[in-house]
Amino acid sequence: MPSGLLALSILVAAVLLVPLAFLLVEAAGAGVGQVASLINRQLTEQLLWNTIRLSVVVTALCAVIGTGTAWLTERTNLPGRRVWAVLLVVPLAIPDFVVSFGWASISTDVSGFRGAVLVMTLSVYPLVYLPVAASFRNADPTQEEVARGLGAGRIKTFFRITLGQAKVAILGGCLLVVMVMLAEYGAFNILGYQTFTTEIFTEFQQLFDIASACALSLVLVALSLLVLGADALGRRRGRVSRASRTAQRAMPLHRLGLWTVPVLVLLCLLVGLALGVPVGSAAYWWAQGTNQPFQGTSLLSATGYTAAYSACAAALATAMALPVAILAVRRGGRVAHLVERSTYLVLAMPGLVIALSLSYFSNRYGDGIGYQSAPMLVVAYAIMFFPLALVGVRTSVAQAPAGLEDVARSLGQRRLAVFWRVTRPLVTPGLTAAFCLVFLSAVTELTATLILVPTGVQTLATQFWNYQQNLAYGQAAPFALLMIAIAAVPSYVLGRFFDRRTLTAPKLWRRRNS
Amino acid sequence: MPAGGTVSRIRTTVTRRRVIKRGTAGLAVLLLAGGLAACGSASGASGSAGSITLYSGQHEQTTQSLVTAFEQKTGIQVNVRYNDEDSFADEIIAEKSHPVADVFYTENSPVLEYLQNQGLLAPVDSSTLAKTPSAYNSPQGDWAGVSARVSVLIYNPSLISESQLPTSVLQLANPKYKGQLAFAAGETDFQPIVTSVARAYGDAKAATWLEGIKANAGSHIYPDNETIADEVNRGAVAFGVVNQYYWYRMQAELGASNVHSKITYFAPHDPGYVVDVSGAAILKSSKNQADAQKFLAFLVSKQGQEIIAHSISYEYPLDDGVTTTAPETPFADLQPYPISIAELGDGSSAISLLRQAGLL
Repeated sequence: MPSGLLALSILVAAVLLVPLAFLLVEAAGAGVGQVASLINRQLTEQLLWNTIRLSVVVTALCAVIGTGTAWLTERTNLPGRRVWAVLLVVPLAIPDFVVSFGWASISTDVSGFRGAVLVMTLSVYPLVYLPVAASFRNADPTQEEVARGLGAGRIKTFFRITLGQAKVAILGGCLLVVMVMLAEYGAFNILGYQTFTTEIFTEFQQLFDIASACALSLVLVALSLLVLGADALGRRRGRVSRASRTAQRAMPLHRLGLWTVPVLVLLCLLVGLALGVPVGSAAYWWAQGTNQPFQGTSLLSATGYTAAYSACAAALATAMALPVAILAVRRGGRVAHLVERSTYLVLAMPGLVIALSLSYFSNRYGDGIGYQSAPMLVVAYAIMFFPLALVGVRTSVAQAPAGLEDVARSLGQRRLAVFWRVTRPLVTPGLTAAFCLVFLSAVTELTATLILVPTGVQTLATQFWNYQQNLAYGQAAPFALLMIAIAAVPSYVLGRFFDRRTLTAPKLWRRRNS
Repeated sequence: MPAGGTVSRIRTTVTRRRVIKRGTAGLAVLLLAGGLAACGSASGASGSAGSITLYSGQHEQTTQSLVTAFEQKTGIQVNVRYNDEDSFADEIIAEKSHPVADVFYTENSPVLEYLQNQGLLAPVDSSTLAKTPSAYNSPQGDWAGVSARVSVLIYNPSLISESQLPTSVLQLANPKYKGQLAFAAGETDFQPIVTSVARAYGDAKAATWLEGIKANAGSHIYPDNETIADEVNRGAVAFGVVNQYYWYRMQAELGASNVHSKITYFAPHDPGYVVDVSGAAILKSSKNQADAQKFLAFLVSKQGQEIIAHSISYEYPLDDGVTTTAPETPFADLQPYPISIAELGDGSSAISLLRQAGLL
């Protein structure tokens, strides 16, 4: 029922706007004069400029790297495509604090703006890579062939047709990157590059001035609204039409020829920097050993808790994303799009804000229920990483042809049966991608976890932080390596799962007619 | 009619897909089930008789040994949370209506003073307070000092020699140290030094001094003392101001051969030479006051202080009769600037000065 769908989506959006409500309520307590004087300071302006600068440059670089690598793995005959597809995604799973660990060990030259750009780009380009790769994978080959047939050269075809088809995915990925950069805090810990979020944290932690901190967070929210508005404008201009999915042929792959070797070298460099540096240094510290005894049991229990919390959060976020995505894509309309867009705002709020907002409401209105308990932590994760789930589910829903559902309806199936038997199998790849993306992100989350995790429980991230605070790098290293190892599984699934579907069907068809 | 081989190959492919699909679904179900079980079992502290909840802003290794010994001695269970002491202050204030914490153990005194001024702390038993010199306890008796740390200069001899180091804290702003100073603006350990400088030389001079520091630090602004110690040791920056125990811990962790830095003190009685107290307090809202008092008593007892003395925390135990076993300057030999706990206050004046200078 569309009204049921709408109700569900509005419920989801309401949950996601709890942090915003917290910010508004708390910020109202701050004096306007005080907040204005806070914002007017030279430091604030400097930090705001730092944040914007970082966001713009990193987004641009991620767009190029993400699209380029996606094209290489999906549209060319690059050797070892499947392996690259996995390796290119894993950097998303490496937490900022481990990356800093890694780069600090290698070189002290990586610092300041340039260092922040380098390290941040290497961490978040998968956010562009994933949707663009999915888009390339499922794109219509006929458009390119028509363009070539009409006389357009390779380069022109690439820019006008290939990129045009992927435009929505590229913009979607860039949106995610910009929002993540706005709330970026890890860059400070990494390289002394202070951002606006640094100031928010300072307000929360040094000055115990929650009201001012919330007011400053609202500035970030305002910025993200601007970004969302710009993105909406960009989307309206572009529409991608495509042939029915069932009539799709396999996409012919471009031959790299002489370019193969240089491309492989570049990819090795990229993966080496993004993956090799943090993993290598963690391995180095582990090999260095420590004077303290090895904490085998705490490693195991921390892994168990991390996996459990992240899996629950991923399932919850995916389930929440489904009605919103279906509503936005199938029904359309202003309200649906508004509901969908509003959910992106959470990305601009640091994890600390989200954790504090949940505890605030629980303590004020909920009689303290759920405070510092596992369900609240899972909900916090689901809220924080919801937009990542939404992107994955939305792409799948958009590609599942509505016509099939209409046919099922006309054959007498009820809506729920149609959803279960027709829509669900079609959107499963997107659901899996959404699950994996949220899982990856939840495994590495730290600031919200420190506040909300049940007392006495350690996740891999909190335990790593504990050891790092004591300069006990030898003890911290195994936890970092485990975090990366856990993340490798969903990355593999993300890469592999899609490959199977598009390649097997045409193979069968060819065989039967040979 | 397709050849038999093709049919069986199609069948195998279909079967394989089915297996993979079912396998993935099964794995997902198992994961969720395990997750739900874990979620269910790991819900918050029970608060039953004989247990307290400790919020520890102190390092885990220090806290853990104390907690284990306390549990063995009294049978009272201690549920510990770890986080930065500032985040805890926010949490404690946020959970006012439904308080969870019983005891709050910090690295520095200003946070405790802040909570005390908010009226959130309960008076500590006088017998507990009597165990340590009164100069290191709360003047109002709402928290007890447990251990102390002293500020030192950590430097890398290959980048700067001891004779070139500043002897007075005011010299940190001297332009000759440009690009050589590592600084952590947000580090709570540094705020007592700022307060001390302001008290010795006045706010105006302190403000100018901070601006000089900002210029000297340049891009070497770090989030905390751990990073400063690490960066100086690596040779990324020449020197910084940290608390003494960081260096000893680093040495214990990395081994003497991997330590490329050294420490030294400011001139005796210089405002930069500050002894800072790590203390513990009981929340007024705690429902386990008696057990919490026992915990505080344990922290300052001979046994607790001995643990601190022998542990890898390398802080100075405050009990008169206990001395640390670490190879550091004995507590009695230190010559710090004579600033009292009350004068160090809750750090708000330091913070406003840091803000004024554009460091926070």
